[in-house]
Amino acid sequence: MSTLEIKDLHVSIETEQGVKAILKGVSLTINTGETHAIMGPNGSGKSTLAATIAGHPRYTVDSGSITLDGEDVLQMSVDQRARAGLFLAMQYPVEIPGVTMTNFLRTAKTAIDGEAPKLRTWTKDVKAAMAKLRIEPEFAERNVNEGFSGGEKKRHEILQLELLHPKFAILDETDSGLDVDALKIVSEGVNRSIETGGLGTVLITHYTRILRYIKPDFVHVFVDGAIAEQGGPELADRLEEEGYDRYQVAETASA
Amino acid sequence: MTELTEEKTTGEVWTQGFIKGMTEEGESLSEINPESGPLGGAAAKAHSHGGDSHGGGVGVPDSSRAGRLTSYKLADFPVITGREEEWRFTPLKRMRGLDRVGVKGQELNGPAPLVEVNKPDGVTVETVGREDSRIGSAGIPEDRVAAAAWENFAEATVVTLPAEFVGNSENVTTLTLTGQGEIPAASHIVVHAKKFATGVVVLDHRGTAVLSENVEILVEDGANLTVVSIQDWNDDAVHASAQHIKVGRDAKVKHVVINLGGNLLRTTPAARYSGTGAEVEMYGLYFADAGQHLEQRLFVDHSTKNCKSRVTYKGALQGENAHAVWIGDVLIRKQAEGTDTYEMNRNLILTKGARADSVPNLEIETGMIEGAGHASATGRFDDEQLFYLQARGIDEESARRLVVRGFLNEVIQQIKVPALEERLRETVERELEATAL
Repeated sequence: MSTLEIKDLHVSIETEQGVKAILKGVSLTINTGETHAIMGPNGSGKSTLAATIAGHPRYTVDSGSITLDGEDVLQMSVDQRARAGLFLAMQYPVEIPGVTMTNFLRTAKTAIDGEAPKLRTWTKDVKAAMAKLRIEPEFAERNVNEGFSGGEKKRHEILQLELLHPKFAILDETDSGLDVDALKIVSEGVNRSIETGGLGTVLITHYTRILRYIKPDFVHVFVDGAIAEQGGPELADRLEEEGYDRYQVAETASA
Repeated sequence: MTELTEEKTTGEVWTQGFIKGMTEEGESLSEINPESGPLGGAAAKAHSHGGDSHGGGVGVPDSSRAGRLTSYKLADFPVITGREEEWRFTPLKRMRGLDRVGVKGQELNGPAPLVEVNKPDGVTVETVGREDSRIGSAGIPEDRVAAAAWENFAEATVVTLPAEFVGNSENVTTLTLTGQGEIPAASHIVVHAKKFATGVVVLDHRGTAVLSENVEILVEDGANLTVVSIQDWNDDAVHASAQHIKVGRDAKVKHVVINLGGNLLRTTPAARYSGTGAEVEMYGLYFADAGQHLEQRLFVDHSTKNCKSRVTYKGALQGENAHAVWIGDVLIRKQAEGTDTYEMNRNLILTKGARADSVPNLEIETGMIEGAGHASATGRFDDEQLFYLQARGIDEESARRLVVRGFLNEVIQQIKVPALEERLRETVERELEATAL
């Protein structure tokens, strides 16, 4: 079993108006085999947590720690974190013109495993994983995310999750912008990874909808950069009925 | 014309002479009848401009690309000073005399590049004299250097794809043009795709040369021609190449410029339409290393209805004083209704000390068009792209290389000639290995 431990994390970003504190003391422990949902209104810091775990340069960790089985994640570069077993499914996957999905997936797999995958089994694995996510075979030769619809981008994030086999997957609003059919396909993919075993999952979401398809063991509610409430799956049900109103925060536009 | 009138009435700062010049230019613009032939109108321009206040463009820049002087005669062009709009980025001292032909005894009589031909059956490649009727069928010089080449070339190479010739990516015609040394030389090439011919012609420049070249590309009605001009000279080469494209009715041309090796490369493709419904795609790829000056200036002259043009030029730059210039002029004339045009230039700067100049110019004289746009961006790596790749375990250096390859591959993969694409990918790999990223 592996453990991702976040302790009293304070994170800020630089804005035109000066330094702005986003996370104000977040502590969270995730073990492999567990699924955690992080919910909260816009601007509460959910995505900041995801980006900070992955090591996005825009975010400055002011204090606190992130460790993976005791190893200091904050000392690792972005790619070292990925090779250590952390995976971030992006909210807005970027387009990389000129780099085909095939080339990208093989390069990433080689980097994560430390050796090139066996060509025959790899090609078969990719094809099978694509088929399960209802991704048309022609996408293999298209450039990474280029011209993909929102739903196609999200399916490709889950494709990478299934092929790279990380220890911890942080899914940053993977459900947003998906219609019900796409949501089901994506959720099935996440569930397959969970059922394979050895995966710790952090589902970041604004809505409870995805939690009908992916059952969380724990639910954490983020409000203004800190965890306001924690509980089991029943907390999600309550949020579905009551919304975030009882935390008495006005939703802000900034994410 | 409305604008000009306003200037006349409100702009007292303008001299009378300038107003006259502008008026004259406006009138001559409307007199041009491109339908009468590709050269008639353009050649007529030479008279209205010869040696008047527009000389050299000093202080009075041509307000329209349509007003630029065109002529087969060197003497019609004033001596280049370096202050002209079309020369302001070019380091003339490094032209090794190509810019000074006819001045103080500077000649342009070195041996032209050796031409080796590899062609499929059906395509003809001939060496012809200056009097051959096909010379001048697609182009007219637009600057002094090209005019000097036109006056001084001894023999021309004419490539002909016969009518309805069926070419493809497998039966490419390749002219390997090997430079014959450092004496300034002139050369002339005509590529002629007859009616409904399809095919690919590659001009592969290599060796050492100080060369001024005119390439005429004549694409007859319904033809579909790809011309790839590769400039992979030795490090000391200087090459000015004016490439004149004339596209017939419902014809398609894909023109690809690959500028890699040489000290100073100045490639000036110009596309003109002689019929309606034609389509021009212009791609360019350049990789400027330390000390290299790679200049690309293109012009698309929309003078007929319902034609389309797409321009995509991408360049990578690395090293001290690596300099790339891209100028993209697109003119949509009043009669060119239904035009659909988009031009794009992107530069990726890999190290400090490199410089890219990028200037898209779009002139629109009619509102009755399908679309017109341009985009230009010069940047270092996109941090978000890097982050995305790194978040998938790919280390920073590999991620950067992947992005650069991807960046340039976007142009390479448009060539659609597998053997050529492979060679260019290998060349880009070699350039990347030379980079200390």
